[in-house]
Amino acid sequence: MIELEEVWRTYRLGGEPIHALAGISERIEAGEHVAIMGPSGSGKSTLLHVLGCLDRPTAGSYRLDGQDVTQLEDDALAELRGHRIGFVFQAYHLVARLSAEANVELPMVFLGVPRGERRRRAAAALEAVGLLDRRRHRPAELSGGQRQRVAIARATVMRPRLLLADEPTGNLDSAAGAQVLDLLDQLHAEGITLVVVTHDPEVARRAGRVLVLRDGRVAARLAGSELGGLERALGRGKPGP
Amino acid sequence: MSALDLIAFATTALAGHRLRSALSLLGVAIGVAAVVLLTALGEAARAYVVGQFEALGTNLLIVIPGRTETSGGLPGVGKPPHDLTLGDAEALRRGIAQARHVVPVVIGTERVAHQGRQRDAIIVGTTHEFLAVRRLGVGIGGFLPPLEQRRSLPVVVLGSKLAAELFPGQNPLGRIVRIGGWRMRTIGVLVPRGVQLGLNLDEIALVPVGTGMRMFDRTSLFRILIELGAHTELEAARERARAIIRERHGEEDVTCLSQDAVLGAFSSILGALTAALAGIALVSLSVAGIGIMNVMLVSVSERTAEIGLLKALGARRRQVLAAFLAEAVLLALAGGVLGLLAAAGAGQAVSWYVPALQIRPPAWAVAAALGLSVGAGALFGLLPALRAVRLDPVAALARAGG
Ligand SMILES: Nc1ncnc2c1ncn2[C@@H]1O[C@H](COP(=O)(O)OP(=O)(O)O)[C@@H](O)[C@H]1O
Ligand SMILES: [Mg+2]
Repeated sequence: MIELEEVWRTYRLGGEPIHALAGISERIEAGEHVAIMGPSGSGKSTLLHVLGCLDRPTAGSYRLDGQDVTQLEDDALAELRGHRIGFVFQAYHLVARLSAEANVELPMVFLGVPRGERRRRAAAALEAVGLLDRRRHRPAELSGGQRQRVAIARATVMRPRLLLADEPTGNLDSAAGAQVLDLLDQLHAEGITLVVVTHDPEVARRAGRVLVLRDGRVAARLAGSELGGLERALGRGKPGP
Repeated sequence: MSALDLIAFATTALAGHRLRSALSLLGVAIGVAAVVLLTALGEAARAYVVGQFEALGTNLLIVIPGRTETSGGLPGVGKPPHDLTLGDAEALRRGIAQARHVVPVVIGTERVAHQGRQRDAIIVGTTHEFLAVRRLGVGIGGFLPPLEQRRSLPVVVLGSKLAAELFPGQNPLGRIVRIGGWRMRTIGVLVPRGVQLGLNLDEIALVPVGTGMRMFDRTSLFRILIELGAHTELEAARERARAIIRERHGEEDVTCLSQDAVLGAFSSILGALTAALAGIALVSLSVAGIGIMNVMLVSVSERTAEIGLLKALGARRRQVLAAFLAEAVLLALAGGVLGLLAAAGAGQAVSWYVPALQIRPPAWAVAAALGLSVGAGALFGLLPALRAVRLDPVAALARAGG
């Protein structure tokens, strides 16, 4: 369960401070599927990074499963990221020199999972994303969709309870994108808490709840099915047929 | 994370940029090889010179007629010194308890001939103890026999090269050679020993001292060699020798030389040479260290995103540092071992072409070269990574388009 209270993230680049997050208070229950939408620069990625403990809020509190993580040391945050949180990036962030299998094994190497166990779990995770036969391929030898599925295998191989995805289909064509979204849906169906940042209303439609950000604030909270309201909230509502 | 995982991860990273790793490996190898080889060369030169002196023994006292120490009067002015005689040698033998050998020596140049072959050679008149004092060896036959010193005996022991020239392809033992007007029987040939302090021992002929004095019509010895049991007895023996000569000649008209002073000076000069070479080599090693730093610096700035990723995946700071440290140390270690192998090979080659220089890298140089390269690798590998691991994962990830 995620509880945000008056969370700010402020960048200071010499002149005016930029508030990427300007006082966000939000609650996301365990097992929810939430989409985050909003115009470019509205703070979606920043919010996801804070949720993933990849970045620290400038002010406010963030409780993950009841624990205030804003006060934690670097190593304690590493522990959280390793065991409880999975992160999927728009740009995949696979290690180019390593095979798909080695990329999936990477978190387990640093979290001290024994070698044999690593092999087994990496194979299972690749199997689950349908890429077991590509396990020896390097990222450069895989398509964008395949790369993102490897990244999902890597994000889930430690069985985290929270999976965060920042525009996971942003670089993919619609067929590959649909495959990735099906995978995420399946993981959610298995009980994972899923937060997805997206521009695409089709992606958001799959979520139980949609948060619409604007200028670092939550501008609207909608149900996934209320896409009409969503279009209006984004300020680009199409005239109906 | 096990050490094996750490090494495996570091290896994939090094293999990931092969050319850069290879270049920096080469840099370290050259640095280490330079340190080891240059210090080994300096050491070999020192060992060579010291060996030259030690061949004569550091326990050696040399008594020379005439006073060369400046104690008044101009050299060559005043009355000539007394002869240094076989009687003096005998008195020194009896009077110096610490003496192991007392060897009179007379020297001259004569024509040595056998059946039309002839050449000028240095003739050394001495006793059987010369063999031990000059560390010579007999190849075939025997050496000069122990004789009552004044006795003359027409026998000669030839240097190896002289023997080969006079008796090409023949056994010289028992054959007669002519030395000046003297007919001498060959009783032995020395083993080759080469040049020792300017005297080519392979080209000399040795005769009994009594014979030598008559042959050259000398009344004075060239010098008397006194070998002592131990180096520490040198000063006491020197005093004793002076006293004995003073008593016999009525004045101290001899010079007593020992080799320590010369040896010490040479040794310290060559020690300084080695130190200078080591200094030069250390510079090349630090250049190699900077090479590693460059590799790691480029590597880290190129891989800051990777550091961010590793942290995002749950790696702790210390683990990330350890991974980069392992990478740098592996590189330095591999370069160091390669450098040692290269140095060993080059040392062998030098020893092959210049047998007098026995290249044996000093253990301290090997240890220092390896230690320094690994140390520099660790330091220069760690420094750039230290900055990167402090970043929050997003900040690091944002540094490069991953
Ligand atoms: N590292 C940074 N330094 C300065 N400003 C930043 C940084 N990252 C994001 N911002 C600013 O914060 C705001 C929100 O950015 P971001 O969360 O990436 O938006 P989104 O993902 O919704 O497009 C933007 O105005 C952006 O310029
Ligand atoms: Mg974004």
